[in-house]
Amino acid sequence: MEEKIRQGLAAAWPICLGYFPIGLSLGVLAQKGGLAPWQMGAMSLLVFAGGSQFIAVAMLGAGASSLAIVSTVFMVNLRHLLMSSAMAVHFPGVSRRFLTLFAYGLTDESFAVNMTRFNQGGWNRYSALTLNHAANATWIISSVAGVYLGQLVPPGSAGVDYALTGMFICLLVFQLRSPIFTITALIAALCSVLAYLWLPGNAYVIVASCLAATIGLILKRTRRKQEVPA
Amino acid sequence: MNNRDFLLLMLAMGAVTYLPRMFPLVMLSRRTLPHWFAEWLELIPAAILSALIAPTLFADSAPRVFTLGKIELLAALPTLLCAVKTRSLAGTVVVGMLCYWGLGLVM
Repeated sequence: MEEKIRQGLAAAWPICLGYFPIGLSLGVLAQKGGLAPWQMGAMSLLVFAGGSQFIAVAMLGAGASSLAIVSTVFMVNLRHLLMSSAMAVHFPGVSRRFLTLFAYGLTDESFAVNMTRFNQGGWNRYSALTLNHAANATWIISSVAGVYLGQLVPPGSAGVDYALTGMFICLLVFQLRSPIFTITALIAALCSVLAYLWLPGNAYVIVASCLAATIGLILKRTRRKQEVPA
Repeated sequence: MNNRDFLLLMLAMGAVTYLPRMFPLVMLSRRTLPHWFAEWLELIPAAILSALIAPTLFADSAPRVFTLGKIELLAALPTLLCAVKTRSLAGTVVVGMLCYWGLGLVM
């Protein structure tokens, strides 16, 4: 058991190293958006999802409604359904209590490392749980530290207002794994600008992304049918 | 937003984050998602990120009107190029901030 925990910690360090600067920058941006350290801590503890926390900070700063924020966060995190389903095969007969706790720490990064380790063998659920919580602790500490750091950065200095946009652009580029993703992103941009101009409030994110993903899926399926005639 | 509303918002965000992580593991461990739904989910992150960015680049906020030539849009071009070339999150954010800051000084 102790051995498995040690294994988990040893495998967690690249994730922790990756989370630390991201957590810090989240904290800095949250501070600029008016969040107190305890609020950042509460968010990192209760939500523990990098992408959606950046989005929530941006939307809070823009004065979006709670409903718009929650529905956007929901959409962003729907992808975890896939990962959670894929993880399930590695927990045959494991108690629901363990799984409800384990699920809390399921992130893109912990999923990637845990899946690889499970497939390599010599990895058990306690190593996986340790890894999840080491990553979680790093995330909470670094994001709260970022809020204190942000108090030292004067507002508007050296383009800090553009940090979120820059980060979203980069995260978008990471998502463009094949032409269909690029096409979907372009459709989403077009729909989003139109919805932004025509619809009140912040519904434009949800409306545009659902519409674009649906059109993207239809295009993908139509093209596949043409390539492989039945 | 007062503290109570903030905590309620965090609890709601936490719930909608936790449920998709928990539900398949605990409930559907012997079933898989329908294939079309899995494919749709794959496209969602790219769509959301693009939908979030686009109005910042192509529209003014008060009043909401279409516009070309915002500093945000001009700075996005080198930022995008940097993201494609380097695939570095930190590097891209720094390049974006510097371009935005520099263009703000010039324009």
